[in-house]
Amino acid sequence: MKDWRYWLAEQRGTLVALAIFALMFTIYISNHPAGLTTNVAQTAANKGTLLALVAMAQTLVVITAGIDLSVGAILVLTNCIASMVITGNAFETTLGVVFVLFVGALCGALNGLIVIYGRLQPIVATIGTGAIFFGIALILRPLPGGTVNETLADAMTGKVFGIVPASLLMLLAIVLVVWLPFCSSVIGRAAYAAGSSETAAYMSGMPIRRGKFAAYTLGGLLASIGGLFLTFFTYSGQASSATASTYTLLSIAAVVLGGVSLFGGRGSAIGAIFGAFAFRAIGDLMFVFDFDALWQPLFQGVILLLAVSIGALGLWRVRNRLEWFG
Amino acid sequence: MSDTTMGRISERMPRFIRRIEPPVAISFACIILLLLFGGLYSSAFLSADYLLQQLKVASFLGVIATGMMLVILLGQIDLSVPWVVAAGAMMACAATAYGPAATLAAVPIGILCGMLIGLVNGIGVAYLRIPSMIVTLATNAVAQGLMVVYTGGFSPRDFATEEMRYLATGSLIPGVPNALIIWAIVGAGMVFVLTRTTFGRAVYGIGNRERAAYLSGVNTRRVVMIAFIAAGGLSAFGGVLLAGYASKAAQGMGDAYLLPAIAAVVLGGTSILGGRGSYLGTVAGVILITLLLSILSVLQMPEAGRQIIYGVVIIAMLLLYGRSPANQ
Repeated sequence: MKDWRYWLAEQRGTLVALAIFALMFTIYISNHPAGLTTNVAQTAANKGTLLALVAMAQTLVVITAGIDLSVGAILVLTNCIASMVITGNAFETTLGVVFVLFVGALCGALNGLIVIYGRLQPIVATIGTGAIFFGIALILRPLPGGTVNETLADAMTGKVFGIVPASLLMLLAIVLVVWLPFCSSVIGRAAYAAGSSETAAYMSGMPIRRGKFAAYTLGGLLASIGGLFLTFFTYSGQASSATASTYTLLSIAAVVLGGVSLFGGRGSAIGAIFGAFAFRAIGDLMFVFDFDALWQPLFQGVILLLAVSIGALGLWRVRNRLEWFG
Repeated sequence: MSDTTMGRISERMPRFIRRIEPPVAISFACIILLLLFGGLYSSAFLSADYLLQQLKVASFLGVIATGMMLVILLGQIDLSVPWVVAAGAMMACAATAYGPAATLAAVPIGILCGMLIGLVNGIGVAYLRIPSMIVTLATNAVAQGLMVVYTGGFSPRDFATEEMRYLATGSLIPGVPNALIIWAIVGAGMVFVLTRTTFGRAVYGIGNRERAAYLSGVNTRRVVMIAFIAAGGLSAFGGVLLAGYASKAAQGMGDAYLLPAIAAVVLGGTSILGGRGSYLGTVAGVILITLLLSILSVLQMPEAGRQIIYGVVIIAMLLLYGRSPANQ
């Protein structure tokens, strides 16, 4: 086989996600009354970016064969903190942003420590830490409110040169600065290897613990960038348990649509980004077709159910029934 | 090593104590500690009224956690609890709109709706081999969508029937709430199924290693599907009872039950990877969580503090006994 075939096989999940997104977005745009204007693109980009950030955070943990049920709580906690510290002049604002990112990374690191050194299952450990993070958010912001530096907020959610949505550029920057270095480094490969087969990775002397720790910490960091973004949209902070649980569940859905295997070791954050945008586009389809908004959750649910059932097509290739139990 | 020393020590103890696993013992010890701590604050915590009230509240979570435990024992998870609970409650309440016969059948109708959603989960997990976390997430979204469409179309009859209210708040035996009796019956049934039937043994077998269970001649796919149907039915039954308790159904009523149900099962010593755990542990976990939240709210701990303590307790207790083995 030629090299590009290997590459194609490795990137299949990402490409499928890209295809789903392209299809959904084309249907959306061709039926949109205004067509593809810069404003339509900006709105779509902003909504997609928020989910994409959380989905990337989830991906990092999922490739180590873990799951982060606290990702929504980290989003809400950093949203609340951002609504308190990102004000004042340029220096204070920068300091505030750095602090928010630091808190996010700290939350992720705590998850990592408990999972790696506490040896708890990620699913239950992050249920616990999620409750703690949400509790802290409630202490900080019992009632919705707060402010954010509006110049920064408008710049991040606006358009660059009047055409390109700033949020997309930021997402691209994050992929270039965080994701690509991570997944081509030894630590990143160790995270993949740990997710694929922890025993084999251990036997080969991969730095599993460091890889996993880096994945959880970067996951927290990305979730906090999501928290920043949420603050930039709403200009305020709110400790809402609905937001936390919705984003946790949507992040898993986006990761699945993005072709990342929940068993770990396979998939990429880029796929998760397309998954997130595809999921948002599906939700928006309802509006351009003038359906009652009430039908949106059902429509989204059915699409999700169909999308995950596609994975079952692999069953046709099973030649030996024992392969069912993988 | 430590297992064998534990074994040698426990050989000297009476048989009934030996059979209790450490997680169950620790959970019950924590319950007693909590009660003593509460008793220091106010003697009302030790009164029979308060304890019965807590057991009544715990029985809703108990019924839901029973279904969750069955699924976790298989090594799967059911994330569709929130809207199965809500759907069960709303459908049971909605039945009153279709004449007296449907009103009488409200409770079975609610449970049946939950079993239907469970059937979809089961087919997805057992026959289509999709990871349970994904299927149940998707069916949760579909159930939510159906309920939103249902309530949005017209104003629903969302009041609980007399029977539902009686089941949740009445007391057949004076002093003992019906909800508690129901939990006891459900729990006894679960213990019987898990320990005395081939189905129960198959559940443990599949949780340990599905491939081995399959090669031993167990129809693993059918067992998994039935377990998910049962879990859906039990979640919906919990929703029906909750609707009876609050005397109406509401959209978000199930949201607060997903994580506590998982936490209760896991705190009771059931392995989240499946194959290991006893129902007594789940009982302890349910009571522990209910009591913890109740005492914190009586102490007028704000919601924020309650959340933090709740999270710390889950992690601390699991660090005590829920750790995976050290070596790979």
